[in-house]
Amino acid sequence: MSPGMIKVVIIGAYLASLLFLGVFSSRLFRGTSKDYMLASHSIGPFLLLMSLFGTTMTGFALVGSTGEAFAEGVGVYGMLASSSGIIHSLCFFVLGIRLYSWGKKYGYTTQVGFFRDRLDSDKIGLVLFPILVGLVVPYLLVGVISAGKAIEGATRGDFPGLTENGAIPPWLTEFVICLVVLIYVFFGGMRGTAWANTFQTLVFMILGIVTFYIIATSLAENAVADGRVQMENGEVRTEPPRGFMDSLHIVSREIPKARRVRDEVTAADQIQTVEAPQQFRTRHRLDPWMFFTYMLIPFSVGMFPHLFQHWLTARSAASFKLAVVCHPIFIMIVWVPCVLIGVWATTGLLTLPPPFMANPSENANKILGFMVKALSGDVLGGFLLAGILAAIMSSLDSQFLCIGTMFTKDIVVHYGGEDRFTDKQVVLISRCFIIAVVIATYALSLTEIAQTRVFQLGIWCFSGFSSLFPLAFLAVYWRGLTKWGAYAGVLTAAGVWCWLFKLSEFGATENWSVDIPLGDNTIHTMPVASIFIASLVATVVVSLITPKPSAATLNKFFPNAPHAA
Amino acid sequence: MKIVVWGLVLLLVVIHQDVWNWNNDRLVLGFLPITLAFHAGISIGAGIAWFLAINFAWPEGLDDDPDTAASQEGGAA
Repeated sequence: MSPGMIKVVIIGAYLASLLFLGVFSSRLFRGTSKDYMLASHSIGPFLLLMSLFGTTMTGFALVGSTGEAFAEGVGVYGMLASSSGIIHSLCFFVLGIRLYSWGKKYGYTTQVGFFRDRLDSDKIGLVLFPILVGLVVPYLLVGVISAGKAIEGATRGDFPGLTENGAIPPWLTEFVICLVVLIYVFFGGMRGTAWANTFQTLVFMILGIVTFYIIATSLAENAVADGRVQMENGEVRTEPPRGFMDSLHIVSREIPKARRVRDEVTAADQIQTVEAPQQFRTRHRLDPWMFFTYMLIPFSVGMFPHLFQHWLTARSAASFKLAVVCHPIFIMIVWVPCVLIGVWATTGLLTLPPPFMANPSENANKILGFMVKALSGDVLGGFLLAGILAAIMSSLDSQFLCIGTMFTKDIVVHYGGEDRFTDKQVVLISRCFIIAVVIATYALSLTEIAQTRVFQLGIWCFSGFSSLFPLAFLAVYWRGLTKWGAYAGVLTAAGVWCWLFKLSEFGATENWSVDIPLGDNTIHTMPVASIFIASLVATVVVSLITPKPSAATLNKFFPNAPHAA
Repeated sequence: MKIVVWGLVLLLVVIHQDVWNWNNDRLVLGFLPITLAFHAGISIGAGIAWFLAINFAWPEGLDDDPDTAASQEGGAA
């Protein structure tokens, strides 16, 4: 069997097992819309932990973290991962538990339903709905396109004749991924999604660790065999690595050589020259203010509609405890190995194909696929690819289900009338919307703009969600929040977002920042900081000068607080 | 104790900006760049802080009846 076919068979078996899981979970389906969309509030601590973690860790966690580390160095862990460990759990703790409690008591399925009720405003849904859907779609595309690029990078040359570069074409991978996710979400609903997420999270965590071990040991062995490793005294090392720790020492010691090789080493030194930027072992390439303001990005978790839906699946508030504690640790388990693999790729220990050296940023997301292909066997390579797909699909499923649910509950059922549809019809409508969303996502993934801009768009859509965090937080903890304050906050966030997005040439400028003069210096900040602050100020100021919600509403959400209204 | 818990979370946010490690290229244990090791430590610290939070700062007045919840679906998870 050819190497390409081995990978295809393993990935095919993995996808088949997911389909089996989805169809099997549908046998427990109770036939109600509540069961289809919220698994009848039956998800316990372990499944909740795995589904929340699997949902927040997109393809970016494996493919993007490795790629960013390859392009920017080890500082990306602090910028993207350790901050998420603190902030994600904060969102679960301060928002998730409270919203779950109200959602279960008052029967909410979507965020729009909650905000309509909390703000005494039916029309807030008309403002929030298009913004939330518009922000989820780029997020969906990041997952679908990541899958296509990862498989393309890992199968390059395996199928000569199929495409120009002999790889499985992205459109085919994206089609298969969308189809598989569609089938198990269609049949299994939220229960199938939670089960599949748990299975996929276990798969990508275990395979991620195995990948790390194989790449570290193979890279060290190959580098020594090729005469690319220097010892402390400058001589070329010939002794093979002595186990895993020795392999780690060999490959990590080479990280700063990216700079030294380029500047000082000649071809006679036997070390492969790489065209890599400066130091990757430090945060040399990051800006301190950008690093600081990037910490607002993880607040997006507080307003992800698909996470809101997952929160509502919990069996009890206590089910959140395991997720709150373990989420930061799980992030570390997945991200540290990926970041190390990314910076190892900047060393001169292996030869990268010309595109990686000519344009590291543009090809960064293919680096994990390349490393897997170059340093592991075909069987393991197939399993590792399955792990990458697992990480990607464990987010896609929740997003597809959530958009289908929002169209059904927030538009069709809300404006059509609760009594107009039977429960079975609601499930049917939801399933039809899910099919439509999958088809639309696949069609968008094939467009040129999605293929080239989607990762930059990803950061912008996260910034949009983060900027709505103040609204969610104030809705839960401040009885002074008014519907006019909410309108002001949402519209201000949308307005500032659009303005800055235009200034960044619609995401075309990478690492675009809002520059603020500070004395003799200029500080560079992430756009999210400006949008977040503007939204917060607008929400608070307008709420302070407009009429409060009715006493009945305040009593409903804040029964123990004294009322001024 | 609630103050201690939220103080710990705030401390994690502050030390997350470890500018003192910015250009330090030392390897911890011979293979882990120090900025990566420090932030991995922050992840572990976050796990500990949230463990304390669920034990000492758990929100009060939740509309969550454990008896009703238990009868929802026995061994679903």
